[in-house]
Amino acid sequence: MKIIKLMREKTLQVFSVLVIVYLMLPLAVIILLSFNKPKGRQNTSWNEFSTDAWTNICRDQTICSAFATSIKIGLLVTLISTIIGTMISFALIRHRYKGRGSTSLMVFLPLATPEVILGASLLALFLNIFIPLGFWTILLAQITFTISFVVVVVNARLAGMDSRLEQAAMDLYATPLQTFRYVTFPIALPGIMAAALLSFSLSFDDYIVTVFNSGRVVTFPIYIWSAAQRGIPPQVNVLASIMFLGSLLLVLIASLIIKRRKAIQV
Amino acid sequence: MASNRPKVEDLHLVNLTKSFGDFKAVDNLTLTIPAGSFFALLGPSGCGKTTTLRMVAGLEEPTSGQIKLGQDDITNLPPYKRWVNTVFQSYALFPHLTIYENVAFGLRRQKAKDIDNQVKAMLELVELTTQAQKKPQQLSGGQQQRVAVARALINEPDVLLLDEPLGALDLKLRRQMQLELKRIQTEVGITFVHVTHDQEEAMTMADTIAVMNEGKIEQMGSPIQIYEHPKTAFVANFLGQTNLFEGTVAGIEGDELAVKVKDVTLYVPLSSTEIRSGRIVFGVRPEKVKIVDQGKTGLPKNQISGSIKLTAFVGVSTQYEVITNWGQEISAFEQNIDPSAVSLGWEPRHSFVLDPDQDLTAGLDTSWDE
Repeated sequence: MKIIKLMREKTLQVFSVLVIVYLMLPLAVIILLSFNKPKGRQNTSWNEFSTDAWTNICRDQTICSAFATSIKIGLLVTLISTIIGTMISFALIRHRYKGRGSTSLMVFLPLATPEVILGASLLALFLNIFIPLGFWTILLAQITFTISFVVVVVNARLAGMDSRLEQAAMDLYATPLQTFRYVTFPIALPGIMAAALLSFSLSFDDYIVTVFNSGRVVTFPIYIWSAAQRGIPPQVNVLASIMFLGSLLLVLIASLIIKRRKAIQV
Repeated sequence: MASNRPKVEDLHLVNLTKSFGDFKAVDNLTLTIPAGSFFALLGPSGCGKTTTLRMVAGLEEPTSGQIKLGQDDITNLPPYKRWVNTVFQSYALFPHLTIYENVAFGLRRQKAKDIDNQVKAMLELVELTTQAQKKPQQLSGGQQQRVAVARALINEPDVLLLDEPLGALDLKLRRQMQLELKRIQTEVGITFVHVTHDQEEAMTMADTIAVMNEGKIEQMGSPIQIYEHPKTAFVANFLGQTNLFEGTVAGIEGDELAVKVKDVTLYVPLSSTEIRSGRIVFGVRPEKVKIVDQGKTGLPKNQISGSIKLTAFVGVSTQYEVITNWGQEISAFEQNIDPSAVSLGWEPRHSFVLDPDQDLTAGLDTSWDE
């Protein structure tokens, strides 16, 4: 009886721990292997501890330039697709106009299109209108699908927003511009931020659409993919670890700020 | 607080009409709301009262007609340029701002001076000083309601519009807030225009009630006036229970009109109607009707005998449904009565006369649909 009771109480905890371990294990392996000195080319099995990769991240210059390119493209894609996507979302949710249905369809189409087809079609397009492949075509290609994600996320936020809040603001002497600045935008902001984060990670991580349209530009995913043929150097693990720890730090800072805000309110 | 602003002005609605397609929500409404009054627009849902309010706020554009505040035509001013503020149904408080910032919102947009002191004074007036740094969703319904009032009132508008402001509160809190709003109105002296479908709420709070039906005003007057002397069947039925009688004029006796209803003669004051012959319809409120054992004396002048068909205890009194010998049901409020055979009686002056050609059931089934 006692065992059954104990099992009942502990089952959830045990399962929770197992799930967390399952989710965290790959990350742990990545970090662990960043301190490895691989025997041969493949950094897949533990050989001996070393901080070489950490102290010498840019030994292979293409790693760092690919990483920088991806960050640069990611930031630009995020900025452009968040602005345009947010504006589209406002138009779709707030206004009833001719062609609203087809706008909506056009926006959601890239979500339903397989990436291979999207990438290949864009390549055909760029070749046909003689746009040289490279940095700008990657940017354009990625924006076409990140916009759709931005619209979906911001739509969800705006649809849940009571339009009477804006009426109340206008009733309280706010001009349309002030209404947007002090009411609409702050309320929509969490949705817009989430959309921006999503489009950054989609852009940073995209391989298929990018590889069709990259020309000779090498992004981080493209570098890793080609390096995988020859053996991935531990520097890749280092960069991955840095990104993981960096985002962990951001999350921690965010939760600290929220905690402090709550503390002030009470 | 209102002392440093120019005098509050009368609100005039002139031939105001609002159509949505073929449907006329507000139909050629002309109305003057005196400065400083507590005015209620009362009517069933869909009668056009909220549309009227939204036009005054500037949130809805009139199809035709004018809205004037004193001498100023405000018909086409955007909402942020009118000295009118609204307490919205379900409040529409800004969820991302604290209570303090919600209340300060209007003053900040006007770039007012000394915002801090004004906000603090206003929070004090609505007894929310301790809640200033909380967010709206952390407050109870009644507290949110007071924030909504404070947020509108702090701007010292000429007119404060209240759109079913107590609809979301439970009965007890609603009673409490009715008195509270009345107190605040008396204190600040601003014109309150209150939209409601709750006739009790309108009667408790307003100086003047306009009963609206299908985009038009059926009757306007003080609560006592429209309750005791409704002019139409709609008003009579919407404001409470009514016993209606149909009869023919039998003659004039002194200052009263004798009316033959089936086999009894009932009296109505001459002053209450122009009708001197032919068909007539009049009514009396159940609480004006006295019930005694049949055969007992001491009843007022208008008398009918009947038998009790139904008894319902409603707390402060008991409601009786008495059936007359011609089969009409009459309701009356009285303390406990035992026998089934009774006599009913009321004073002629408690009767009110209606136009006999209208639909006598108007307003009967609409008053409880929300």
